[in-house]
Amino acid sequence: MRKVYFDHSATTPVDPAVAEEMMKYLTEHFGNPSSIHAFGREARKAVEKARQQVATAIGASSVGEIAFTGTGTEADNMAIRGVAYANRHKGNHIITSAVEHSAVLNCCKQLEREGFSVTVLPPDQYGRVTAQQVADAITDKTILITIMHANNEIGTIMPIKEISEVARERKIIFHTDAVQSVGKIHVNVDELGVDLLTLSGHKIYGPKGVGAMYIRKGTFWHPIMFGGGQERRRRPGTENVAGIVGLGKAVELATQRMHADAERLSKYRDRIISKVLEKIPHTILTGHPKERLPNHVSFCFRFIEGESMLLMLDMKGIAISSGSACTSGSLEPSHVLTAIGLSKEVAHGSLRLTMGKDNTEEDVEYFLETLPPIIERLRAMSPLSEGCNPCACSTCTVHEEDHHHDHGEIEEEF
Amino acid sequence: MYSEKVMDHFTNPRNVGEIENPDGVGQVGNPSCGDIMKITLRVEDNVIKDIKFKTFGCGAAVATSSMVTEMAMGKTIEEALQITNKSVAEALEGLPPAKMHCSNLAADALKAAIEDYLKKQNA
Ligand SMILES: Cc1ncc(COP(=O)(O)O)c(C=O)c1O
Ligand code: FES
Repeated sequence: MRKVYFDHSATTPVDPAVAEEMMKYLTEHFGNPSSIHAFGREARKAVEKARQQVATAIGASSVGEIAFTGTGTEADNMAIRGVAYANRHKGNHIITSAVEHSAVLNCCKQLEREGFSVTVLPPDQYGRVTAQQVADAITDKTILITIMHANNEIGTIMPIKEISEVARERKIIFHTDAVQSVGKIHVNVDELGVDLLTLSGHKIYGPKGVGAMYIRKGTFWHPIMFGGGQERRRRPGTENVAGIVGLGKAVELATQRMHADAERLSKYRDRIISKVLEKIPHTILTGHPKERLPNHVSFCFRFIEGESMLLMLDMKGIAISSGSACTSGSLEPSHVLTAIGLSKEVAHGSLRLTMGKDNTEEDVEYFLETLPPIIERLRAMSPLSEGCNPCACSTCTVHEEDHHHDHGEIEEEF
Repeated sequence: MYSEKVMDHFTNPRNVGEIENPDGVGQVGNPSCGDIMKITLRVEDNVIKDIKFKTFGCGAAVATSSMVTEMAMGKTIEEALQITNKSVAEALEGLPPAKMHCSNLAADALKAAIEDYLKKQNA
């Protein structure tokens, strides 16, 4: 059976060239970069080379602005909490958006418990917040704005440049989570105008468990972990040398490949979007139709549930993901899908397809052939359909709000 | 994540659909995740002669729906009322802990359908 991996926003395979680089630092050059002897110096050299690779990839003016971290999540925590604690004397207000990754949102929630006040901006239907919304939310207590560059669930790209202009003008520190954008679209810290930026290894054909935080020189920030002097005391602990080497190599390769990949994958993306909307009725494209990651497609199919869809595609060898409540563990639909205004019922049928460098046209065609019968089969099994919603008129109250919405829509159509 | 039995019922669900002019209808929503299930029954001489389901839900919801219809088919009303979410989950060789609530949906829908039948009988 054909095997198609379409879940690159979840994680990517380590590039063989990256793995090869890493291996040497697990076995042969195993030294501790803090050691003075030759073994240590070899490891130090590798860490500093990786730092240069990351700095070059995102256009940082000095290598001192890059700190390696354990994960993307840790980098987000370091950036956000580090700025919050360091600037507490100036104010306690933080601005973010409702579509952030949980690494950012839950970090802000924790700060709220610690006495900070957080404004969570609601996005438009495509998942974007505007510079004007940010400007309107700023108070004289605002110390940090944190808005993601590209969304992991719906692929939407935020107007970071416009938002950073507002932040600059009001002299407020600006962080962006670029975990999903690095290596897929152009990322340059000066052009974006950000003070802090976070990225992660495993989304760009590097290893899991390594990330990086960019922090612009002169940004007022405190460490959140304490220990040895590694990473200029920003992230103490013996460096994950092999991981860091892998991240450095991965980000370099991703940058080299980016334009060619984006051109190819965005053609696939647009073909999938237009074909699926054409072939399958009651389908909603989630995220922005144009301002979205070149490898990212996401839909909601009405009347069916995502996990069932995912399992059926899996049986056909296709790996995708869903933001459905049934797949979430918490049994709540994805906060991103509800933030863009989708009802619980519609969010139930969410599907996310994220392509990568090794996907081919054949993969795309195979998906386009495989999906429609699966949707049809699940719809035939569903008690919901257009204009007919059994539980709206009976004992079930779960979807009451949604159903009012349903009937509203249908009345309009007729 | 799912047992072979669950995957079997998910892949080849038994008794999918809706009975026309049913003797009993039950439809319930799952308050934890928002899933919906509908069961229709045909009853003759106090025995479930036919039963069909429709489900809007996860793999476990589909599999438990299918299993519950299989278990109820041919049973008397009294016997069918003994079917619990636990016995459905057991018949499926277990469900992951996070998916136990899905089996409530199936048992509740069956119960609702039987209650609807009994109500109509008494009316
Ligand atoms: C936007 C975004 N931020 C942060 C993260 C977390 O990165 P990591 O998995 O390295 O902790 C992810 C990955 O899921 C992500 O998509
Ligand atoms: S029915 Fe929703 S998680 Fe199973």
